Parts: sequence; C-alpha cells; structure tokens
Amino acid sequence: MASVVFGVVFYLATLLFVVGVLYRINTYARTPAPLKIPTTPAPITKGGVVLRITREVVFFESLFKANLWTWAAGWLFHAGLALVTLRHLRYFTDPVWGWIAFIQPFGIYAGIAMLLGLCGLWARRLFVERIRYISTPSDHLMLVLLIGIAASGLLMKFAAHTDVIAVKGFFIGLMHLSILTLPADLLLIVHLSLVVTLLVVFPFSKLLHAPGVFFSPTRNQTDNPREKRHLSAWAAKLESEK
Amino acid sequence: MADITAPAYRIIPIVPKLIPGAMAGKGPFVASDKINEAIGFPGQLVEDWHDKAIAKMGELLSKYRSLKVYMDACVHCGACSDKCHYFIGTQDPKNMPVARQDLMRSVYRRYFTLPGKLFPWLVGARDLTREVLDEWYNYFNQCSECRRCSVFCPYGIDTAEVTMAAREILDSVGYGQKYSNEIIGKVHRIGNNLGLPAPALLDTLTGLEEDVKEATGIDVLFPIDVKGAEVLLITPSADFFAEPHIDSLIGYAKVFHATGTSWTLSSMSSEAGNFGMFIGNYDQLRAIAMRIRQAALELGVKRIVIGECGHAWRVAYSFLNTLTGIGDGADANDRFAQMLQKQLDHRYKQPSHICEFTWDMIQDERLSFDKSKNDKHIITFHDSCNVARGSRMGDYAGGQFEIPRNIIKACANNFVEMDPRTTRVDG
Repeated sequence: MASVVFGVVFYLATLLFVVGVLYRINTYARTPAPLKIPTTPAPITKGGVVLRITREVVFFESLFKANLWTWAAGWLFHAGLALVTLRHLRYFTDPVWGWIAFIQPFGIYAGIAMLLGLCGLWARRLFVERIRYISTPSDHLMLVLLIGIAASGLLMKFAAHTDVIAVKGFFIGLMHLSILTLPADLLLIVHLSLVVTLLVVFPFSKLLHAPGVFFSPTRNQTDNPREKRHLSAWAAKLESEK
Repeated sequence: MADITAPAYRIIPIVPKLIPGAMAGKGPFVASDKINEAIGFPGQLVEDWHDKAIAKMGELLSKYRSLKVYMDACVHCGACSDKCHYFIGTQDPKNMPVARQDLMRSVYRRYFTLPGKLFPWLVGARDLTREVLDEWYNYFNQCSECRRCSVFCPYGIDTAEVTMAAREILDSVGYGQKYSNEIIGKVHRIGNNLGLPAPALLDTLTGLEEDVKEATGIDVLFPIDVKGAEVLLITPSADFFAEPHIDSLIGYAKVFHATGTSWTLSSMSSEAGNFGMFIGNYDQLRAIAMRIRQAALELGVKRIVIGECGHAWRVAYSFLNTLTGIGDGADANDRFAQMLQKQLDHRYKQPSHICEFTWDMIQDERLSFDKSKNDKHIITFHDSCNVARGSRMGDYAGGQFEIPRNIIKACANNFVEMDPRTTRVDG
C-alpha cells in the first residue's frame, strides 16, 4: 500500500515539477527585455555571452568576486549535488551506463561535500548578522530540507543500508508504468519524501534561480547597443503610433 | 531619523554593524499636484492606490523580463549585502540591495505567487499597506541606480531595475518625487534639467567665448543651433551653469577648435541627462531622448557626441539606439530608425562619448599637448558608476576603462592609479 502511495506521489510530483518549471521558463522567455542592460564585464559577441553564462553556472564567477566564504560553501554544495544527482542515475538506467558506473565512488565524497556546503550556508544564515536579517523562514527550511536529503542519503550509505536492488526495481518499474514494492525502511521513506517535497516546491520557490540565471538580461545580453538596434515589440508600437 | 556619521576610514574593510531604522523617515520631498500633472501622473496619491499599484506591478512584470526574473531568482545569499554605499554609509539594513529588493519582492510574493498567497509568513510576503508604500517611497529613493550590487550577484539581479519599477509604480499612483519629476517637466518645457532658456544659454556661451579669449588669446567659438554642423554636442546642462562642470564644456570647445571640427549645441535639446531612467518610466525616457533625435534631424548633423556624465552615458550608449534610432544596424524596413541612421556618418560610433572623440583625435595626432603645464597637478581617475558598469567606450570590451586614462596620460605626467580594489577591478 505504501508503495502504491509513493508511486502515485512520485508521478504527481514529477509532473508538477516538469510542468511548473517549463511554465516558468516559458514565462521568462516570452517576457520581453525592452532595453539593453548588460553589466561589466559585458561580452560583445554571442560566443562571449555563452562563455560568460557558462562561467557563472559552472564556477559562480560573480559570487566568487563577491564573497569567498559564500562562494566556497555554495559551490561545494552545488557541485556535490550535481555529482550526487548523476550518481543516482544508476537507479534509473539498466544496464547502468559506463560513465555512471565510473563516477560511483566520487559520488559518495560529493555527498559529504554537499552536506558540508549546506552546513556552511546555514551557519552563515544563522550567525552572520546581515544574512540573518534577510533570511525568511522558508530560507531556513529550504536548507533543512536539503540537509535532510543529504543526511538521510549518507546514513543509508554508511549506517543503515537499504535494499538498493529493490529501490532500483521500484524506479525502473515506475518508468515502465508499473508500481512494484519499495523497501519499508524508515530512512528511505524519509529520503524519498524529502525529495518529493523538493520537486513540488521547486517551481514555486527561490529554486527558480536555476532556470532564472539563464534569462537574466544583465548576464545574457550581448553588449552591442550601438551596432545593432534592439527593439521589443511593445516599444516598437510606440513608434508606429506617431 | 538617527544621526548619520561618516564611517571611519578602515584599512581592512569590515562590514559595519546593522542599525535598523537608521534611515527610516518620510524620504525626499513629494512632488506637488502641478509637478506631477505636468508630466502626466496623478497629482496626489489616488484613492484606489492599492489596486492601481498592484495592477501596475503586474503590467511591469509582463513588460520587463528583468523584473520578472529578478523577483523570482533571489536566494537571499547575501553576496550583495555589503556592496551598497548607501548601506555602508548609513548601516540601515534596508539599504542592503537584497533588502531593498525585498521591499518589493515581499509584495510580489503576496499577490503574484502561490506560496505568498497561501503562507505569507513562511516566505516573507506582505500586504501592500500604506506603511509599505511609504517605506517604498523612502528606501527606493535611497538608491542611485549605480548597479554595483548587480556586478556581484550570482544571477545578475540588478537593484536598479527594481528601483525603477518601484518609482514607476509610485508615480502611477500619484506618489511622485519632487526632484526628478520637476526636472522632467523642465526638460519638456524648456529643454534642459536646469531650466536654462535659450537666451540664457546664448548669453552664457558668449561669456565663455570672452573668458577663453581672455585666458588664451584664441577665438574659441561656442556655436549653438548651427544647421549643417558636423557634430552635435549633447552635454549635461550643469556644464552651462556651475563650476567645475563648466570647465568640461570649455575643454570640449577647445578640443573641437583645435581639431578644426565644426560643431554645435542645440538650445532645444540642451541636456544629456535623462531623468526618465531614474523614475523608470519608458515613455518619459523615450520622450526626453527624442529631443536629441529631433535636434539631430533638424540640424542635419553627421555625428552625435555626448559630454561626460555617468548615467547620461548609460542612456546614450545603451538606450539611444533603441529609443530614437541614434546608432547603427536598424532593420532595412525600420523606417523610423533608418531615417536618421542614413544621415549619420557610420565611420564613427553613434553616439560617441566625448572621450572617444578626443582619444581618436589624439591618436590621429590632431591634438598635441605640452604635458609639463600639468606638472603642478597629481591626477587620479575614479571610474564613473554607469560608465564603468553599465556601458562602454571604444570598440572593444573594457574600453571605458582605458580611454579616459589614455587621455589623462596623453596630457599630464603625474597620473596615479587608485587602489586596484576600487571600481575598476572590484566592480
């Protein structure tokens, strides 16, 4: 019974996540950017913009310039999360792709790095006066949620193993539209419930910074206002009216 | 309001402690009925300001991707929290860029997001009350739109965009600010921010010609409204009025004279500054910029050169092509822009900054200097906020940092660069 509930919940959460994020991306893409507002160092070619965004997304370049501690904790968390997520692809591929098999051991260290990064970010939120000032309850809860996911995952690795073969069977089953039995381990239930929560919260929260960064006009615009006339549809209308 | 003291000089920069409410208050003078109505805003705070403000916010969210993305994307990481000079100087936490944005974001969440509608306390969402509106008026008028915070934000969130949106909303409900709105009225009525009418300009320019003649013995002209001149100079009206700005204008005239450039000012369009940007109103921004286009068309000039002013150069460099077609690269069927772009000389960037013009002339050896005459001065250079962060000079990235320094070094021996942690490197 619990497996059926989890199966249905996972379907709904995934649907909500995908539809929600696509809806947001669609909104960002369709909202016009009427003026050129790139900030220094602004690339003057499209290739330069691609490089700039890549540096922002992969290395957090601006954050690095802003604050080393936040950068270190934030980067540790995000890089760890990326690797851990890839490592989890082993639960969704059969046979497991070669490169995913290869990264398995690194993924474990990444899990620890992720947890350390999250603790660093939370410590900053709790103990640095001005960061505490700007934090809302949801900011703290988001960190608690992610720490919960990382900690429950690591505990299953190092303390109380679950039947990963059955877990994999469950998810492969979901991908083939059949709901199999999920091991009834407390840690697993906690881990998966928190992941479901994350999926549901994503399209309604500040986690939208992930798609948002690609649509930020100060970062994704080419610095060529004098060379090429930039005109949005609603601004062009002002010209035809007169 | 608390007593504000300048922070002590710190060899190692330490972020000051917070003093909540240090800059609480009523904010700058509110614009009168007459001032607001003259530029098409409601005279006073309208009765249904709440609904109007929320509707306006919705409109702006659909017209500006920047605002939409920036309302959603902030994670409260605090990267910007120690980057605003208004915060460093006042210690008021609401002057931290993220907190300033949150004044609006909290309202955005309440009215435009599901979590904010369901659990406002959880996500820091609040109703738009009169207190919140007053707080907007006070704190969104404590931002100079310098964009320093945006340079450091991992998502490029630009508080200037949020400030502009807030001021636009406030104006739309009749809660305008006197300084900006009065100035905009003057530009429409008279042609410049200071409200100097044409006869006063003419008199000033004649006086300047006499002053320069007296000082140098050379007949340097300050032409105005000359049809068929090559260059139209658009400069901040402070250059006609006050020390030391007026020295800039004298310098520009000398550069034009020494290089044999035919140039003119315009009495109708005698202002480079554009307060339409400060209040975030596209119509005003455009209407003010259109005066430059009109002057260029009427006078038949080949080049448009802009005198130095940080925010003015941002409008000129980044926006003039969009707003008025002063630039290059309009579509072939874009008749509005083509009409002007056909007239302009595209061997040069349109518009050009006076520093670009001057540096070109120095490189062409059409200007020469006796550098020793400046030996009594030790000179440094502080990059102007919106030139450094929001625009460019020359045809390569970073030209805005090189060109002004090149000019100083070409005409003086004692140039000293400031601490590298200032504007240039550190955003």
